[in-house]
Amino acid sequence: MKVKVISRSTDEFTRERSQDLQRVFRNFDPNLRTQEKAVEYVRALNAAKLDKIFARPFIGAMDGHVDSVSCMAKNPNYLKGIFSGSMDGDIRLWDVASRRTVCQFPGHQGPVRGLAVSTDGQILVSCGIDSTVRLWNVPVATLGESDGTHENSAKPLAVYVWKNAFWAVDHQWDGELFATAGAQVDIWNQNRSQPISSFEWGTDTVISLKFNPGEPNVLATSGSDRSITLYDLRMSSPTRKIIMRTKTNAISWNPMEPMNFTAANEDCNCYSYDARKLEEAKCVHKDHVSAVMDIDYSPTGREFVTGSYDRTVRIFQYNGGHSREVYHTKRMQRVFCVKFSCDASYVISGSDDTNLRLWKAKASEQLGVVLPRERRKHDYHEAVKNRYKHLPEVKRIVRHRHLPKPIYKAGILRRTVNEAERRKEERRRAHSAPGSSSTEPLRKRRIIKEVE
Amino acid sequence: MEVKQEAGAPEKIKPPTKLEDSGELEIRIKKYLRGDGANLEALQDKKLRGQLTVREKLYGKSAEAAAKAEKWLMPSEGGFLEAEGIEKTWRIRQESIAREVDISSSRNQYDIVLPDLGPYTLDFTSSGRYMAAAGRKGHLAVVDMKNLSLIKEIQVRETVRDVVFLHNELFFAAAQKKYPYIYNRDGIELHCLKEHGAVLKLQFLKNHFLLASINKFGQLHYQDVTTGGMVGNFRTGLGRTDVMQVNPFNGVVALGHSGGTVTMWKPTSSAPLVKMLCHRGPVAALAFHPNGHIMATSGKERKIKIWDLRKFEVLQTLPGHANTLDFSHKGLLAAATGSFVQISGNFSESQSYSRYMTHSMAKGYQIKKLLFRPYEDVLGIAHSMGWSSILIPGSGEPNFDSWVANPFETSKQRREKEVRSLLDKLPPETIMLDPSKIGTMKPPSRKQKPTKQERESEMEAAVAAVKDMPIKKKTKGRSKPSKSAKKKQDIIVRTKRPFLEQQMKEEEALSRKKQKASEEAELPKSLQRFARKKAT
Repeated sequence: MKVKVISRSTDEFTRERSQDLQRVFRNFDPNLRTQEKAVEYVRALNAAKLDKIFARPFIGAMDGHVDSVSCMAKNPNYLKGIFSGSMDGDIRLWDVASRRTVCQFPGHQGPVRGLAVSTDGQILVSCGIDSTVRLWNVPVATLGESDGTHENSAKPLAVYVWKNAFWAVDHQWDGELFATAGAQVDIWNQNRSQPISSFEWGTDTVISLKFNPGEPNVLATSGSDRSITLYDLRMSSPTRKIIMRTKTNAISWNPMEPMNFTAANEDCNCYSYDARKLEEAKCVHKDHVSAVMDIDYSPTGREFVTGSYDRTVRIFQYNGGHSREVYHTKRMQRVFCVKFSCDASYVISGSDDTNLRLWKAKASEQLGVVLPRERRKHDYHEAVKNRYKHLPEVKRIVRHRHLPKPIYKAGILRRTVNEAERRKEERRRAHSAPGSSSTEPLRKRRIIKEVE
Repeated sequence: MEVKQEAGAPEKIKPPTKLEDSGELEIRIKKYLRGDGANLEALQDKKLRGQLTVREKLYGKSAEAAAKAEKWLMPSEGGFLEAEGIEKTWRIRQESIAREVDISSSRNQYDIVLPDLGPYTLDFTSSGRYMAAAGRKGHLAVVDMKNLSLIKEIQVRETVRDVVFLHNELFFAAAQKKYPYIYNRDGIELHCLKEHGAVLKLQFLKNHFLLASINKFGQLHYQDVTTGGMVGNFRTGLGRTDVMQVNPFNGVVALGHSGGTVTMWKPTSSAPLVKMLCHRGPVAALAFHPNGHIMATSGKERKIKIWDLRKFEVLQTLPGHANTLDFSHKGLLAAATGSFVQISGNFSESQSYSRYMTHSMAKGYQIKKLLFRPYEDVLGIAHSMGWSSILIPGSGEPNFDSWVANPFETSKQRREKEVRSLLDKLPPETIMLDPSKIGTMKPPSRKQKPTKQERESEMEAAVAAVKDMPIKKKTKGRSKPSKSAKKKQDIIVRTKRPFLEQQMKEEEALSRKKQKASEEAELPKSLQRFARKKAT
């Protein structure tokens, strides 16, 4: 007869010396583990709760400005710094890590309406209501500067005066030109004191302006006639324009999909468009209860942050209809500008109460050096939470966010109004001849017309 | 790839030399897939469908990777016994097996004779390293099976009916004469569980940390050993029984009764989940296959039945007595009666069990309990004169997973594992007949009315909740027995009233609807609200 019995020798299964690692043997057979799904569900629930326990998104505020912060700019070559301009003409460069002003750029006589950094990070362009465009040299960070005990103030490199007040400025991602928005769109070269060309369509002011990250000659602007216009610098006239029902306050291009841009609108929604097909929005992002003032994409292209007049900052997924995160503080008043940091970990908001606030992009993220074991545990928690996030108990915990009462009430009011409109529409349709009225999706409804 | 053999070292891990065929790989992949993929054709949401397709592909890839890694991670093949020629495997005796295997394995075959302290019962920890033995006359012992050393033995000087380990070898519970007690590994009595009463059988649910017990009056108790709270106690209503087993797959407790019925219980409901009539006579023993779908029961009418628990049908009936049954990890069924043990296995493709091995002990030994030792090819037999252990090749799982159960655990690893398993402790609500339902969504029910049964059970639950509440006795001669009885009746009627009113309303609405339905059917949808309604 042939017989074999399991026999395990101890030295094969235990370590030889105490300085060795313990031996681990794996068998992934599902029959060895009972009730795997229940264990996973319990872990998902615990992961959701832990997430909420560790969710402390607010890192700190940077104060120094005397008037409300009107615009911000980030320098992609230097992650630690951010520029901000305020309503009294004060421009500052902040060191985000220590939350202190590194350098001040005094000079503007009125509100600074736009800030932009050149491609190589050396020049800061600012424009304001006093019809001037000023160019500044960005101080290079040295080791002695990090203590921040004294604040430098720099003299402008150049001051260009022009005919009308400026509303926004943006620098090309890959070139030497920058554009300003005012009564018309002007294209400037850094070395020339006059714009090299200007575009105009209609007689209304252009409020905001953004260059395309992928195509250096394309730019999108929004005007006070509720329009969004696309320009191409190689052609002598603007290319396309859509007119919406309400004014667009800010536009941001998706850095990973440069044909898509998202517009922050006065009607509390953000509309994502494909620049090639402007007749219909790709996605409507709804969650704010008051006008959305500013929008910025994360460098991953997967999320964007919006700041709104309703004192909140929200983070949306690029294709999600509702926000994944909302940040608010009692002390933060109307948010006028937001920026996503260049390493996709932080969000900076500038608001009416003269402060810039630094938030984490992922509220429960562990900052600092994360050990590989910790990283794996965090990834596992994320994954198991996402697997069970549709179940009611987990969903309730994951979705829950505290909102200030006025915003909560305003949200409920909007919902009831929308529900009532929807019901009326449904009844109208039910009582009219079948097929006579067709519903338009919200993505199309908000666009009045597209002009070539 | 050849690995150099060091002198004196046992065989090192080597990859198999033959190329495996794709059919075998398919079978192994299927094992890791845990069921079929979801049907995504029915989804209308395109975004969701795209996301789920990607996920399903990932599952397939991970199952394939696990199947391919098997040959490196799980080198041991497991035991086997093959008869040559006209020899039959059930005629092979333990002595001849002991002669063929190596010394360390043959040491696993022994008899411990302790004649004075009564019939013994035993329990193993989940890693198979420690064993707790209890003699009826009060002898409790914890033994380390790796080097067969006695860790602690105590004499409690009263009847001990059952012993069971809790989550690790540090704690065990003994069902003594009046109550069950929990002891430390050092023999220190930690708890006396008075609520359970005189317990006949104890079982421990590992994932939920629940101690289940059945007592002399047929009451089933569940207690959470981490917090000490009672999770449920139910009157089975079917009398005294001492046949109790836990289904390792889903955590339900099965009891075998003297009427031949087997009932299955969960801690959150006072009525059994399943009541099946298994045998003509009393149920003598019960055992669950580790995959949770197969159950073996034996009745006093000399039949052993193998059931499929998904369809609740008999798969096979074997003749024979069995006072105790146990399944091994690999699916071998051991049955014992008197001093005779028979082990059956299903070796052919069909699900039928056939004789594999037998063993008879000395005539006077009455076998009380059989238990396969986890991760070893060993069967532990507890009998009236002590306990023994015999070799059953092919019964144990050869490859263990260190993070599930590690026979070579150090104390640090044991502490870590305890903490992790406490963090993963399942709430008692997760015990259900089909544990794969967790994480699935209920199909949206359109506000359907509760069925008659549901309504009745709701009413009963409400009445039961109210019935046991004590009524304050009034002083000064105002609490006459007739008055308090009347008050109790009033309370019950009051709780029943909303249910009965609801019922009446629904019946009325039904009769009204029947009259309206004919009229409404002719009108278009938008005008239906203007259909003539009967004046109510």
